[in-house]
Amino acid sequence: MFGGRGILISSASTIVFFAVIALAVALAPGSSLVAERFFDPYHLNRSLFGTVTTPSVVGAFVLNIKMFLIAEVFILILALVVAIVRGIPGPVFFPFRAIAVGYTDLFRGVPLILVLYMIGFGLPGLGLKFFSSQSEVTYGVVALVLVYSAYVAEVYRAGIDSVHESQTAAARSLGLSRWQAMRFVVLPQAVRRVIPPLLNDFIGLQKDTALISVLGPIEAARAANIYAAEQFNYGSFVIAAFLFIIVTIPLARFTDRLIERDQRRRRAGAAL
Amino acid sequence: MRKLLVVIASLVLLAGCAEEPSNPPSSSGGGGENKDPCAAKSLPTVAKGTLTVATDRPAYPPWFKGSPKAYSGYEGEVASEVAKRLKLPIKWVVEPFAKSYSPGPKDWDFDINQITITEERDRAVDFSDGYYENNQGVLTLQGTPLASAKSISELKDYQFGAQVGTTSLAFINSTIQPSAEVKVFDTTNDAVSALNNGQIDALVTDVVTTVYLRDIEVDNSVVIGQYPKTEQFGMVFEEGNPLIECVNGALEEMKSDGTLEDLERKLLQQYLEVPTLE
Repeated sequence: MFGGRGILISSASTIVFFAVIALAVALAPGSSLVAERFFDPYHLNRSLFGTVTTPSVVGAFVLNIKMFLIAEVFILILALVVAIVRGIPGPVFFPFRAIAVGYTDLFRGVPLILVLYMIGFGLPGLGLKFFSSQSEVTYGVVALVLVYSAYVAEVYRAGIDSVHESQTAAARSLGLSRWQAMRFVVLPQAVRRVIPPLLNDFIGLQKDTALISVLGPIEAARAANIYAAEQFNYGSFVIAAFLFIIVTIPLARFTDRLIERDQRRRRAGAAL
Repeated sequence: MRKLLVVIASLVLLAGCAEEPSNPPSSSGGGGENKDPCAAKSLPTVAKGTLTVATDRPAYPPWFKGSPKAYSGYEGEVASEVAKRLKLPIKWVVEPFAKSYSPGPKDWDFDINQITITEERDRAVDFSDGYYENNQGVLTLQGTPLASAKSISELKDYQFGAQVGTTSLAFINSTIQPSAEVKVFDTTNDAVSALNNGQIDALVTDVVTTVYLRDIEVDNSVVIGQYPKTEQFGMVFEEGNPLIECVNGALEEMKSDGTLEDLERKLLQQYLEVPTLE
């Protein structure tokens, strides 16, 4: 990337940079105290696997993964429906378009934690047969799906808008119906273009599963909180952060690779 | 390159400055003529001449009543009595529970917030002597099968809820050992919503709070009992704070002259008439 001299300079500057930061942290007056409260191996280990009275952070993290995977599937579907509905032309479909616009405006505007409260504590209070008897995890996933679908619908819409109108026109002139043109010509191109921003939203989703704890279920961040309050030690939070990171980093690298591949492909296309 | 060196040098300097310890006000008092280390003038308080006391907000009755300018209620009055005996005016500040045990200097002298003294916690902070002996209470709704339970062993098969960070949570897990995983809420209020919605069968918190909830907040609820756990509430001090000796002295006085017992009788008695769970 840089050549021999470049590598030397970049390594030297990296080493100096991190050495200075490490030195500044190590010389801070409370560094040993912070090390003990956040990084004591005894507490890191105990919170990771749990005690008689505190849940295991890694065990609780399984719930985060589950909620993430389930929510993701529903978000991909609901958001696509919203994005397509928003793009249907014609005056007859105005009410549907209005609902789609209203939905994205509403759920992009309201903080996730408030949606969680309203669904998680509101629906069960209504006393309905089906809607009021679900588990908190279900309510939590519903809230995640509602909020994230609003974001992801906009991502899809950007992708659909980025496909040139001539594509639809060409498809229609070949005798495809409006729906067929969307399904076989526009969407495949649109979705491929928005995969990186989609994955970006999913990294956010993965972290936001932690918010579901306000409804009662014990996921990783809550398990960490329980340990911290019982032991007066924050090591459990470090463990929880680490678990989230080891899941999101591969996802981030994967996104990078997709972007790179996409760019290569486009450059190759331009050379034709 | 030169610029880089300057930046590095200044960073190192900065770190060097930060190293300088911020000396705590010396507790020895001037000149040695004042022999009492707990005399108002020589007390090592955060704000000179004032006892700064922290608690979380919202603060719940009957532990706290009135405005944060001059709390009454049991804990409010215990802290005020301590301040009176140290001959200092009291000033209340807000401190979330989760931050009360963070490392680093505090901007308050002690935190009083129904915090149970445990050995593990004691490693991270200093606790005053206990000022109140706490039992766990179990709150449920009337007319449920749980409402007539008399012993701990009858509670096993129900869904429990508790507030995060409370010893009630540890009590559920270690003593009741329910078959369903406990649901854990940010606040007691959220646990109450869950109880009203039927998402949990019972909630556990200190017995005084359960009785308060039964009488004021939750319709048709019943406290099925209290469980003696011989745990003590203590005030939280930053580790190594020398003020703790003087506060403990004041608490000792309040115990021996009956002030603490009077406060408890006056402010908490009505909350303690609850059957004991076997």
